[in-house]
Amino acid sequence: MITLEELSKQYGNTTVVDRVSLTVERNSIMVIVGTSGSGKSTLLRMINRLVEPSGGRVLLDGADTRAEAAHLLRRRIGYAIQGHGLFPHRTVAENIATVPRLLKWDERRIHARVEELLREFQLDPQAYAAAYPHQLSGGQQQRVGVARALAAEPGVLLMDEPFGALDPIIRDKAQEDLLAIQRRFGTTIVLVTHDMDEAFRLGDQVAVMSEGRLLQCDRPAVLLTRPADPFVARLTGLADRALRLLSLTTAGEAALPGSCEGPAVPASASLREALSELLWRGAASVAVTGADGAPCGHLTLAAIIARGRP
Amino acid sequence: MTPARGRLDPLGVLLTAAGAAALAFLPFVLFKANRILPGDPRGLLQALPAGTVLGLQALLLLVAAVAVFVPRATPRLLAALAGVAALSLALAAAADALTPGGNKVVRVAAGPAFWVPLVCLGLIATDAITRLRPGPATRVLLLALFFAAAGAALAHGTFDNLSVMREYAVNADRFAREVRQHVWLALGSLVGAVVVALPLGITCHRFPRLRPGTLGTLNLIQTIPAIALFGILMAPLGALADALPWVARLGIRGIGAAPAVVALFLYSLLPIVANTVVGLKRVSPSAVEAAHGMGMTSWQVLGSIELLLALPVILTGIRVVLVQNIGMVTVAALIGGGGLGTFVFQGIGQTAIDLVLLGSIPIVALAFSAAVLLDALIEVMDRARA
Repeated sequence: MITLEELSKQYGNTTVVDRVSLTVERNSIMVIVGTSGSGKSTLLRMINRLVEPSGGRVLLDGADTRAEAAHLLRRRIGYAIQGHGLFPHRTVAENIATVPRLLKWDERRIHARVEELLREFQLDPQAYAAAYPHQLSGGQQQRVGVARALAAEPGVLLMDEPFGALDPIIRDKAQEDLLAIQRRFGTTIVLVTHDMDEAFRLGDQVAVMSEGRLLQCDRPAVLLTRPADPFVARLTGLADRALRLLSLTTAGEAALPGSCEGPAVPASASLREALSELLWRGAASVAVTGADGAPCGHLTLAAIIARGRP
Repeated sequence: MTPARGRLDPLGVLLTAAGAAALAFLPFVLFKANRILPGDPRGLLQALPAGTVLGLQALLLLVAAVAVFVPRATPRLLAALAGVAALSLALAAAADALTPGGNKVVRVAAGPAFWVPLVCLGLIATDAITRLRPGPATRVLLLALFFAAAGAALAHGTFDNLSVMREYAVNADRFAREVRQHVWLALGSLVGAVVVALPLGITCHRFPRLRPGTLGTLNLIQTIPAIALFGILMAPLGALADALPWVARLGIRGIGAAPAVVALFLYSLLPIVANTVVGLKRVSPSAVEAAHGMGMTSWQVLGSIELLLALPVILTGIRVVLVQNIGMVTVAALIGGGGLGTFVFQGIGQTAIDLVLLGSIPIVALAFSAAVLLDALIEVMDRARA
């Protein structure tokens, strides 16, 4: 669990972060969103003390992060950034081994961990362990960057716009992978982005920042239905907020009992996708199929519309 | 059959014309009855038996044909090297033929009909090597092969009757000493400069406000001519030696090696400091940020990320300094610093051009080798990290 208490940062007379208090539950994903200059990156960097706070404190599982030397603290916290930040003169395996080496793991353990992570991120160790970063595609570089951040099995992972440089298709895949990895390892993740779709897709909680202040921190659905501030409403999108809300619920969760004829959507699809399918087919109802392809319910236009309202 | 005009190699045509004109109209060797008399020009046929001359001309004609008509780089390189070898052996043969047995007084020196074709062949070879784009290992190997061949010929005594080698024979023990002194002065000032310039460059990178002042001062030093800088250093170093006897016992005096090393050291600072700053500035900020973010200490980030990534650029600065120093050490001889410049300035003083060559040929060879070796090293490092 990460607790920020009245955290502030001033540079001269400029206040970049203004008394932000926030709690990130263990095993959850907290996404911090805001426009550029909102202080979201500074807030993130105060958690691992890349930026030293001017006021307030950060507690990691109840312990003040100032209790130990900053570089030792950072070895316990994963850190992944936009443009991956891989070391160009080191191989993929050496990059991933960075923190384990700093922690003086023995070579056998490091080797095993590197192989495990490469497999986890769908990179064949045979082909990629000895490759240099410039020999990889952008998506692969980004995966190595996240693998490197997770190498020493940190309980907390900080990510600063990690997918910002990727094209939409690869970004989509990277987000999916991150969710899978988070579920698997139970890592507590704090992720900074300016992309609202990314925030809603990944965040258990989304914190909205503007001009150094925290405007609201809630579940995505609450941000949409009960924005605490006009800025939050604007940022989350007034025009397509109903569709955003629909995208937060899966067809499986909303399915009505009984099946129906005609088009079908998988249970894992969002209501937004189900609605799109209905519009496209000009149908009034759509069957919902489970992972095995067997029907497990259906959705009607009216049921979907009811879910798209506060 | 005349080949299409577009197939003629323009560089080959130009160099062949120049080489052929020199061979036809200029003296191949200069014959001097003794060391300081002006040379008496001798053409190829006056110096060598007709058979040898015909053989040489036939081979050079073949080389010229390759240079003009063959576009592929490998045969061009081999032809040029064969030409250099033939020309050199012909020169040695001419020296042998013109020297009466046992006579150590007459001097036979290479004339323009040797030097001009040699330069032309060298340009063809350089052009071919550039087109071949050999890897760093191949370049070092070529350099080693060249020195092995030249060394073997010198050891065998092939050129012993040539005037430069006559000068060498007289100065053999001094020659070895001056080469060592030359290398020591060049490398010593370089090492000292690296030890000072690297931390200075790192400091300038960390504290940008120091940059203009530091680089400006070093720039100013670069504009002082070498002789003037030697002069400026003489007084303070002399005073230092007078005031502190232990300094004098270290060999530091107003003249000699000390001011030379100090001056070269000062000249060396700017390229290394400037390249260190540029190299560090070029390091990807996200790599540095990630390194800090993963828990490296500042020293670890500097040592294992920033400096390693900046190393090719820093080495480029060191290469500039080394080549520059090897050349500038020559001037140190003027203030008693020793080195190969001793021969150059003695030769100028005695109007003995052969003595000048005895000093300058090794200087060129040293500078060239240093450049090839460091370039290869830089390329190897750059390639690993692209």
